[in-house]
Amino acid sequence: MPDNLPTTLLAELTHRCPLHCPYCSNPLELIRGNAELATEDWKRVFSEARALGVLQLGLSGGEPLLRKDLEDLADHARSVGLYSTLVTSGLGLTRPRAERLKEAGLEHIQISIQDSDAEVAERIAGVRSVKHKQAAAALVRELGFAFTVNVVLHRANLDRVGEIIDMAADLGADRIELANTQYYGWGLKNRAALQPTREQVERSREIAEQAIQRYRGRMQILYVLPDYYEPFPKACYGGWGKLYLVIAPNGSVLPCHGATQITSLSFDNVREHSLEWIWRESDAFQAFRGDGWMKEPCRSCPRKAVDFGGCRCQAFALTGDAANTDPVCTLTPLRRIIDQAVLESAEPETEYEYRYVGGEPARV
Amino acid sequence: MPAGIPVLTPDSVPRLWHVARLDFDPVRQRHVLLYPEGAVLLNDTGAAILALCDGNRTVKEIASILGERYQADVSTDVSDYLAQMADRELVRAG
Repeated sequence: MPDNLPTTLLAELTHRCPLHCPYCSNPLELIRGNAELATEDWKRVFSEARALGVLQLGLSGGEPLLRKDLEDLADHARSVGLYSTLVTSGLGLTRPRAERLKEAGLEHIQISIQDSDAEVAERIAGVRSVKHKQAAAALVRELGFAFTVNVVLHRANLDRVGEIIDMAADLGADRIELANTQYYGWGLKNRAALQPTREQVERSREIAEQAIQRYRGRMQILYVLPDYYEPFPKACYGGWGKLYLVIAPNGSVLPCHGATQITSLSFDNVREHSLEWIWRESDAFQAFRGDGWMKEPCRSCPRKAVDFGGCRCQAFALTGDAANTDPVCTLTPLRRIIDQAVLESAEPETEYEYRYVGGEPARV
Repeated sequence: MPAGIPVLTPDSVPRLWHVARLDFDPVRQRHVLLYPEGAVLLNDTGAAILALCDGNRTVKEIASILGERYQADVSTDVSDYLAQMADRELVRAG
């Protein structure tokens, strides 16, 4: 049996999205609709992914419901044996589409919620969306999908984490993912406006920990720590090119959804190569596999088996060299970059730059 | 043990988390338990135990079926395994 089989594929079917969230992890240069892979390309890729060992498929975006062929893709994914999750804003999840997706064999739907406070939620999303999301959540429940609520946490909603958890339970969620903002793409651009204070982070962590116990057996709560406030970096998906791959809307295959910002790498495309070749042989996937690429302090550090030097995308975005230790790590002098950013979080509110496909990002 | 999770006893009726399902992965030649954002690769014994968690059989009955199949007393193995899976919330006590 070949080793190093991927388990999870995130298929970013489109970058188009009705929401404009300033924390979006999509790249600043969004891919336009006319450059997206065709239905038959995606189907072939899903078959190849399953043959390569992938078990879990995320049908993501942008907003995947903007693809008219979503039902067809979900049907194909199920037919080749993948467990599929639709990662959606909920906008566009009408009853006919939800019923067709159920029939196609889609198993799990994740709906993003911006806040328990409707006004703030719509200010974050940059669009009227709360009622649509509530209706979508009710449909997901009624049709019997597995149901996750996903909430990105940041300065403007972190104080309501308790209310947000209770709201997800009221919506009937099986799971809630509380993900503190990670600063990639639009999120990095908006970091000064998004970053919470240390006090906010500590209070919310306590509230989340109590809720995890209180809701145990009823609703699973996954709390993703804000890495800027941790002493060691996150272990991204078990290390580079280990378990996880992402396909961008145009067919580029990435080891991580933030990887396009590493401009020193080029990414091969499923239009030109098999997924297996890209996974096993391509330069981008080989670049940071294992630990041969590591510099000090990672190279001689016992933690390299725990966190794999942290996030390559974050190392590149903040230090200019993707082979550096993730600057979150307190064992590297690069940590001063994070400490400086944390200090800046004490500064007053900054405006958001909202995410748009094409054209200049508008200030709202 | 926190509130909300009943402890598994020999008379409990375990069932899989309602959003999880068993499958066989032809690539790895292994049984797998699939659920939202996760997968557990199972060994044959684990898969045999979970396949019997149908919401009707008690832990005791599952152990007795497998005991007969393997011609051995597997009651401790079965209850330990199910306790582990219950701790991960992948198996619920009925």
